[in-house]
Amino acid sequence: MAAELTQSGAEILLRALRDQGVEVIFGYPGGAVLPIYDALFQQNSIRHILVRHEQAAVHAAEGYARSTGRVGCVLVTSGPGATNAVTGLVDALMDSIPIVCLTGQVPTHLIGNDAFQEADTTGITRPATKHNYLVKRPEDLARVVHEAFYVASHGRPGPVVIDLPKDIVINKAPYAEPTGQHPSYRPRTEPDADQIAKAVALLKGAKRPVIYAGGGVINAGPEASALLTEFARTTGFPITNTLMGLGSYPASDPQFLGMLGMHGTYEANLVMHGCDVMLAIGARFDDRITGRLDAFSQGSQKIHIDIDGSSINKNVAVDIPIVADAGKALAALLAAWKASDAPVDKPALASWWRQIDAWREKKSLKFTQDMKRGGIIKPQYAIQRLYEITRARKQEVFITTEVGQHQMWAAQHFNFEKPNRWMTSGGLGTMGYGLPAAMGVQLAHPDALVIDIAGEASIQMNIQEMGTLAQYRLPVKIFILNNQYMGMVRQWQELLHGSRYSETYSNALPDFVKLAESYHATGMRAQSVEELDAVIHAMLDCPTAVIADIAVDQAENCFPMIPSGAAHNEMLLGPEHEASGAGITDAGLALV
Amino acid sequence: MPGISDTTQRSATISVLVDNEAGVLARVIGLFSGRGYNIDSLTVAPVDEAGRRSRINIVTSGTSMVIEQIKAQLDRLVPVHRVADLTMDGPHVARELALVKVICTGEQRVEALQVGTSFRARVVDTTLGSFVFELTGATEKIDAFIELMRNLGLAEVSRSGIAALARGTRVI
Repeated sequence: MAAELTQSGAEILLRALRDQGVEVIFGYPGGAVLPIYDALFQQNSIRHILVRHEQAAVHAAEGYARSTGRVGCVLVTSGPGATNAVTGLVDALMDSIPIVCLTGQVPTHLIGNDAFQEADTTGITRPATKHNYLVKRPEDLARVVHEAFYVASHGRPGPVVIDLPKDIVINKAPYAEPTGQHPSYRPRTEPDADQIAKAVALLKGAKRPVIYAGGGVINAGPEASALLTEFARTTGFPITNTLMGLGSYPASDPQFLGMLGMHGTYEANLVMHGCDVMLAIGARFDDRITGRLDAFSQGSQKIHIDIDGSSINKNVAVDIPIVADAGKALAALLAAWKASDAPVDKPALASWWRQIDAWREKKSLKFTQDMKRGGIIKPQYAIQRLYEITRARKQEVFITTEVGQHQMWAAQHFNFEKPNRWMTSGGLGTMGYGLPAAMGVQLAHPDALVIDIAGEASIQMNIQEMGTLAQYRLPVKIFILNNQYMGMVRQWQELLHGSRYSETYSNALPDFVKLAESYHATGMRAQSVEELDAVIHAMLDCPTAVIADIAVDQAENCFPMIPSGAAHNEMLLGPEHEASGAGITDAGLALV
Repeated sequence: MPGISDTTQRSATISVLVDNEAGVLARVIGLFSGRGYNIDSLTVAPVDEAGRRSRINIVTSGTSMVIEQIKAQLDRLVPVHRVADLTMDGPHVARELALVKVICTGEQRVEALQVGTSFRARVVDTTLGSFVFELTGATEKIDAFIELMRNLGLAEVSRSGIAALARGTRVI
């Protein structure tokens, strides 16, 4: 006999969220979610953060999730509320970030009638989510919420949408306790022991090995990063990180080669090109990593560990596929390595390291800063100083970025020692990600220093969130590398399109100092090199949110660069180096 | 098993056991269109007593690497319970049902009936000027029947798409 129903769907929903450990929800109200907002008003255990645009709600939840390892939670209304959230959902899907997004919907009897603020949210978000639900019966509500959190956080993490018709959250509904399980979804997390044994045999005999680790290691929790570090140190192998994987291995470690890929270091890319055994962990061989596929690391045998079987053999054929959680696989690899008495080819490894050191001597990230008074600030120098000054202050630092040149320079010049400190839009490349993501990080870590390294174009894509910073007194620091161009597009136009800068000049920019002030934050500006350090110190000392507008060299390009359609050994190095690399082919021009 | 670097195209009959819930077919079809895979045939119907599970049979084509990728992509969908490649897993039977309408008179009518008999097609509707044939069999057999009927007044075809099972005691 069912107990008497005493709670509305909205109350049941909040109870389920509480039981899932939700403390913060990012959202924006509207007609279809009024009953949920009414229930939120009457409780104190879940804190609602009012954003200024639904896209920002999802990015904020992503920042929250990535910096804590927990599921981020979003609440938006029907129709435009849901469609505005779609960019954030796809961003979370591409970067494997666990999100549960609750969307309002018109009442069930109006669905399909083109009602006011109706959109086919489950239809629109089907390819934008890991999974989605439309709740049609009150008795399904609590179970669906529990399932959604399970699906978002198990296997390869991702965003899950729950579409909630208004009558479902108004009418009385029964509660179901979380079971901690899903009726059928059973992603594989344990590595196959035989495959691990084969992998260790291959690794032991390697003469020119490399470890290539990505965001999957970060998603597997800080223990996985610790295991990765232990495994690399035990083996003595060189290691490189993807953009998403930065922080999974300490950047200051001598075995670290820096980031690989399109804007990766010379040594990381040449190691990938020349290795004989590659151990890929939680990385997916995407086009920004591989460059031209038919020239990608042709001479190597490849071991690929991924929790998502569809990531294996998708772009690059591998020899030893292992479907598993990165942490569990690393623990198994480490144990099998220690148990194996097979010899390691020490002379070959030593000679490989000599080769790597020779490549390092190229100093592919070097730049020259004019230190004279009035000298134009190099963007790389601005980030280097930001890194050095924050490190000297020994504060816990979290970095988010927008998308473009500043993002790549941040990845190259800001060194991360720990996981979950670096939040950037990798897969989707969403301009406007950094500011809302920083809000989410700051909420999760109120006492930490949270800096959004931005460009003057990207920051304008979600600049309205300055209002959210003010409302919740979030002291996020926005560090704008202002070159008055959509710099990465400008760079491609220079290199690929005859320097025809079509629509990439940032015309009619706001005065960022005044903009900060009008949003109750603090604005500051550095115009030349002698002003930079003082502005960084002032920014870090400031108790409020800050926009620091750093005027940087407009002509600076981001190097090294593997042009589209080129191979790892056809890297373009910067003006500091002699001319190198291949030209861009017509086939390469067609790539993105 | 062919290597994944093999570039030759093959056809694959894939059976997928899914939760019989709203949107699951759209999810599978969206996966194919979104990632640019081919669908040559697709059928879906509930297959257990309670109607909680459906079986989707898909005939697709691509290189071995693409087909392995299709299977992996299907397998990671949350409502998918099981993915089986009937083409690779062993011998299987695949059958399709077709209804074929022929509009004809005189000699053509006699000829159409004779062809129908030799294909073991059943006549399920007759008027003085038309037949509807019901035909079951492998896709190639149905293709051949339709081809012959083209000269005998073929007017309309409705095909079910294939249903397929592994031979012997194996189940997916």
